Amino acid sequence: MGQEIRQKEKKTLAELAAVIRSKNAGPFEITFDILFDNACYYRRVKESGVLTREHICQLYSARAEDVVCLEYFDQALGIKVTLRRHHPSGSAGERDTYGAQQHVPLLTIEIPDFFEQGT
Amino acid sequence: MKEIRILSPQGMLGYGYPSSSFEEGLQASPDVIAVDAGSTDGGPHRLGLGMGGVSRYATKKDLQPLILAAKERNIPLIIGSAGGSGAGKRVDWLLDIVKEIAKEQGLRLKVAAIYADIDKQWLYQRWQEGKVDPVDSAPPLSAESIKETTALVAQMGVEPYLEALKEKPDIIIGGRTYDPVMSAALPILNGMDPGLAFHLGKILECGALAATPGTAKDGMLGILRDGHFLVQPLNPERKCTAQSVAAHTMYEKSHPYYLHGPGGMLDLSECRFEQVDERTVKVSGSRFIPSESYTVKVEGVKQDGFRTVLICGIRDPYLLQQLDEVLAQVQDEVRSYFDQTSFQLFFKVYGRDGVMGAWEPEREALGHEVGLVAEVVAGTQEMADSICAYTRSLLMHFDYKGRVSTAGNLALPFAPPEFSAGPVFSFSVYHAVTIDDPLSLFPVKYVELRGE
Repeated sequence: MGQEIRQKEKKTLAELAAVIRSKNAGPFEITFDILFDNACYYRRVKESGVLTREHICQLYSARAEDVVCLEYFDQALGIKVTLRRHHPSGSAGERDTYGAQQHVPLLTIEIPDFFEQGT
Repeated sequence: MKEIRILSPQGMLGYGYPSSSFEEGLQASPDVIAVDAGSTDGGPHRLGLGMGGVSRYATKKDLQPLILAAKERNIPLIIGSAGGSGAGKRVDWLLDIVKEIAKEQGLRLKVAAIYADIDKQWLYQRWQEGKVDPVDSAPPLSAESIKETTALVAQMGVEPYLEALKEKPDIIIGGRTYDPVMSAALPILNGMDPGLAFHLGKILECGALAATPGTAKDGMLGILRDGHFLVQPLNPERKCTAQSVAAHTMYEKSHPYYLHGPGGMLDLSECRFEQVDERTVKVSGSRFIPSESYTVKVEGVKQDGFRTVLICGIRDPYLLQQLDEVLAQVQDEVRSYFDQTSFQLFFKVYGRDGVMGAWEPEREALGHEVGLVAEVVAGTQEMADSICAYTRSLLMHFDYKGRVSTAGNLALPFAPPEFSAGPVFSFSVYHAVTIDDPLSLFPVKYVELRGE
């Protein structure tokens, strides 16, 4: 029974955030902004501890040193993750010059509800 | 000065803006019109080929009302990163458009053109002196990469604009420029806080992107005062919220609140965003921390060859099941046929991992059809064309295991099927260089236009 309730209360990052986007930060990095318009949802994600460097590495098959930033900006209700690119933007073999479509794996990250934590 | 009002009509010159928004902005009696005209985001070819991301037609169409309004009100029009890359030939390209407008409209204009081109030998010398460091995740510079570089610009700070503003030009056309500078220059000239000025500039340079709904094809008004600034969109259908402005502060930067620029860092860790009315946000607490030595970012590109592209579709389920093996075999056969030639051949499988490549977590998911792009980069256009055509004919008739469709493996949407795409560039320099004088690299040329 308890298990069933927990399942229902998990929400994905896409359900909680107002904006999840990726974009160039110069030619050598792609940056991800996860932005909230609800302070409660922001805190829920921040305090869940789900979004870690290890988690990002796993999602993007990235090495630890490729995650150059994972920071919370409380005033903006925003989380920033920055990844090193495999090759500079727009060069031979490019797939996403602006880096604008690399955010998708973040959408389905599951975030537990507050009261579930610590149980 | 008590306050300075900055009108940012759009996020990029040539993107377009509603004239009603611009009129609204002019009603607010701005002290300056500031607009960004370039970026590295579109790719290295802009600097490499000396081309822009917007057309001459769109640039002229957007520019004319800005020039007329600025001239009529006797306020400066400041344009940064001219023509996309901010290279000298792109400054001249924009200057030529201004000349044309001056002539057609019968305007007398004093234009300051600021150049940002960098000499290769100069960079090499600084590199040897140990005054060059990678920016963000750029690899270290080498003598080889400097040698291969074909075009170089430095991103100027506010100082060359302050010099130019003292001469009271009607228009400043800046070469490659740190994005917030166009808005920050007049306030800083008037002794206002650089932290607030640069932060406001960072928000205004994207036009109405920091509003909600956001877009770079519309404008904003910024009002800088003692201790804070206000931002408000020009279009009544948009609004700025504390959240939308705070969120935009993070936009396209590696770190959410430490933003490095020429001569120092913007520290936004303590800044506050407050809703003043339904559409206006007040920002305070932004700080500029000058660095010990003055650095500018230098951007350079090198040519890696010429590109030819093939676009095709694959629908046959037997081929789709073994696509990776087939592509690997084709790759091998092409390499062995063009034995002595150095080239790169990339396959992008749209419908599987075309967008994300090695970052794609769902590699196994495959639709009932895929779009296949073959990209060849070789030393000459002719060789790239040859290799791409060979790849196409090999793929078209490749005899994979269990093949039943013996008439051909590819759906070709275009005839001819390959496209010669011209020179291919990559960013070879993206480095901070320590300089003694923030003005020395950026010569200013003054031009008097007498339109008749």
